[in-house]
Amino acid sequence: MKEEIIIAGFGGQGVLSMGKILAYCAIMQDMEVTWMPSYGPEMRGGTANVCVIISDKKISSPIVTKYDTAIILNQQSLDKFENAVKPGGLLVYDPNGIINPPTRTDIQICRIDAINVAAQVGNSKVYNMAVMGAFLQMKPLIKPENIDKGLAKCIPARYADLISLNKAAIEEGMKAVEVIR
Amino acid sequence: MAEKILMKGNEAIAISAIRNGADGYFGYPITPQSEVMETLMKERPWLTTGMVVLQAESETSSINMVYGGACCGKKVMTSSSSPGISLMCEGLSYLAGAELPCVVVNCQRGGPGLGTIQPSQSDYNQCVKGGGHGDYNAIVLAPASAQDMYDFVDTGFDLAFKYRTPVIILADGIVGQMMEKVELRPEKPRMTEEELKAIAPWATTGKSADRSYNFITSLALESDVQERFNQKLAAKYEVIKENEVRYEEYQTADAEYVFVAFGCSARICEAVVDQLREEGIKAGLLRPVTLFPFPAKRLQELSGQVKSMMSIELNLGQMVDDVRLAVNGACPVGFYGRQGGNIYTPDEIVEAFKKFNNLK
Amino acid sequence: MNIEDIKKPENIVYKKTPILTDNVMHYCPGCSHGTVHKLVAEVIEEMGIQDKTIAISPVGCSVFAYNYLNVDWQQAAHGRAPALATATKRLNPDKYVFTYQGDGDLASIGTAEIIHACSRGENIVVIFINNGIYGMTGGQMAPTTLLGMKTATTPYGRDAKLNGFPLVLAPMIAQLDGTAFITRQSVHTAAAARKAKAAIRKAFEYSQKGIGLSFVEIVATCNSGWKMSPVAANKWMVENMFPKYPLGDIKDVLKQE
Repeated sequence: MKEEIIIAGFGGQGVLSMGKILAYCAIMQDMEVTWMPSYGPEMRGGTANVCVIISDKKISSPIVTKYDTAIILNQQSLDKFENAVKPGGLLVYDPNGIINPPTRTDIQICRIDAINVAAQVGNSKVYNMAVMGAFLQMKPLIKPENIDKGLAKCIPARYADLISLNKAAIEEGMKAVEVIR
Repeated sequence: MAEKILMKGNEAIAISAIRNGADGYFGYPITPQSEVMETLMKERPWLTTGMVVLQAESETSSINMVYGGACCGKKVMTSSSSPGISLMCEGLSYLAGAELPCVVVNCQRGGPGLGTIQPSQSDYNQCVKGGGHGDYNAIVLAPASAQDMYDFVDTGFDLAFKYRTPVIILADGIVGQMMEKVELRPEKPRMTEEELKAIAPWATTGKSADRSYNFITSLALESDVQERFNQKLAAKYEVIKENEVRYEEYQTADAEYVFVAFGCSARICEAVVDQLREEGIKAGLLRPVTLFPFPAKRLQELSGQVKSMMSIELNLGQMVDDVRLAVNGACPVGFYGRQGGNIYTPDEIVEAFKKFNNLK
Repeated sequence: MNIEDIKKPENIVYKKTPILTDNVMHYCPGCSHGTVHKLVAEVIEEMGIQDKTIAISPVGCSVFAYNYLNVDWQQAAHGRAPALATATKRLNPDKYVFTYQGDGDLASIGTAEIIHACSRGENIVVIFINNGIYGMTGGQMAPTTLLGMKTATTPYGRDAKLNGFPLVLAPMIAQLDGTAFITRQSVHTAAAARKAKAAIRKAFEYSQKGIGLSFVEIVATCNSGWKMSPVAANKWMVENMFPKYPLGDIKDVLKQE
């Protein structure tokens, strides 16, 4: 099993931390991971992206140009990465701010209205976890107990109360994902 | 089982320094390695191990702080990225000239000049061939993973003290920025004063009654004195070449084609080897772990079994010169590289490989 | 009376401090360095801190200071001594750490290092020899060279338009919060040398109080570089250097008003 994922959106949407939590959840499942961010000036207000690779074997190249899954949170990232999804792969996107939705027909496409989910859960900061929930609904790579463990690793003990909030967002995200095609 | 933590290569450097008993870190912010000092400042090791961490006013000052700390026999280090390493080259020459141990991390970005902040391997010549003025080398370790970053801090200090020489960890923006699982090895405490005096009797620790005073200098105005010193360094480098060559091989046993690549490029080339093997082409990879000393002997041996070799580097072709020197014409040696922070994909390398070897 | 009678212990009225080695100094006759070395050595002896002292020599004539003082020495790259001292002191807080630097080393190529060591309040001592010229390289202009002064690189005299103005560093660093004691002294007379020694001792004492950097500037002569006899150089210094670099304490954070 090897899953190559690109997560892309605006800086501030929690792109990098979503990747980190996903990677930690995979580690809790005893898998190998790499997390390779774009870095530099674009971190400040522009687009941010991170490539996360999860595998049950040692990962050689951390750099890939075709992805099994693209998780897309703004138009620029959709324009950039829609064609980078492998045929038969998955594209999950948040429709807020998307003017030109994805058009490919050889991949599976899902929508997640994560802003709405975060609002329901009651905290805009867990937006990214709603998106992650949508992804994990479509590709259940991580067992629920390992998601809990991964969250516990990423959230400092003094914010333990946030773990349940994040979990709620993941669960609501799982429910809210819509398969377009 | 030891705890495995997800961390960036740069964070691994910082955590490893604390856990391996480093006495001091002196640095200056520069992308893509700023997380090293940021992590140290967040961890505040001066409250636990007593390690000193200081943000200097420049890379020039950082390396000279390292020089001062190294004179005292302390385990001291710095980190920077390419333009900062250029500023440190004066200090590196002095450290080599005064035979002082230290660890310097270069998380390379593209140049020349201010260049790009994206990953690169274009400081190979600078770091492997010396960098500063004068006849000297530093031991150069090339990490390819966050675990390597963690482990090489300790290895680096061991080698630095064993040979009284600066050790450079030649990383790059990918290895520095990428997060991976890192296994935290058992901790090593900082050296006690007694241990320090035993391992570094030459150090400036304050002249005690039982010894004459120590002075550390790289100055030798008399030609014969300087030449004797140069010869002494040369002899030391020969011992290092004999004993400290490190490399890793992947699928070389029956390989007809061998890639030579270090650091992040070696990771990418592993994928290339797999891809070619799936097509029935017997490819292999030699990854130099030490760039100085260079695994020349092993390359020479392999040159007898292969149809060709290819050096894959994120630069215009620097290590390829050393590969060619090693095989000395015994087989064709090709090169493929990208620059400016662009990273080759495995497909791209496969294509370049086939073109070089006239394969379809 | 023969020589052995004279050498009896009870006849000894002066003895060289053991902190000075027996090496013959390479300094020119009349140079101020020898006197300053002796004063620093005597302070180290009198304070009983030979085993706690780590000294850092510069690039310049005093690069070889490590041949003359019987303490542990580090020899720094040009201008970088305060960086070495910073690390040395932070890694060995109980030690007395001092740099010994000339005007080219400290006030030209090493301005960043000295200013930031001062600004950070490093608990070190800086001995700054200001003779307005580069001695070792053969008498070129220093940052502290006076206007009109002839040097190898200002053969017609220093011209402000061409060469800029003399850099007067001590009052600048006195304004930095990290400095504790800034003084300017000379060693051209016995009285001046006594005062300079007292200042050096105070600087060493302050460096253990955790109150910041102590800086002792010695306005000095370079009779070779100035192309004068030692006596004429002293006179020239008093008449020309002192008006630009007046002697006295510039800052002392512990002084009761």
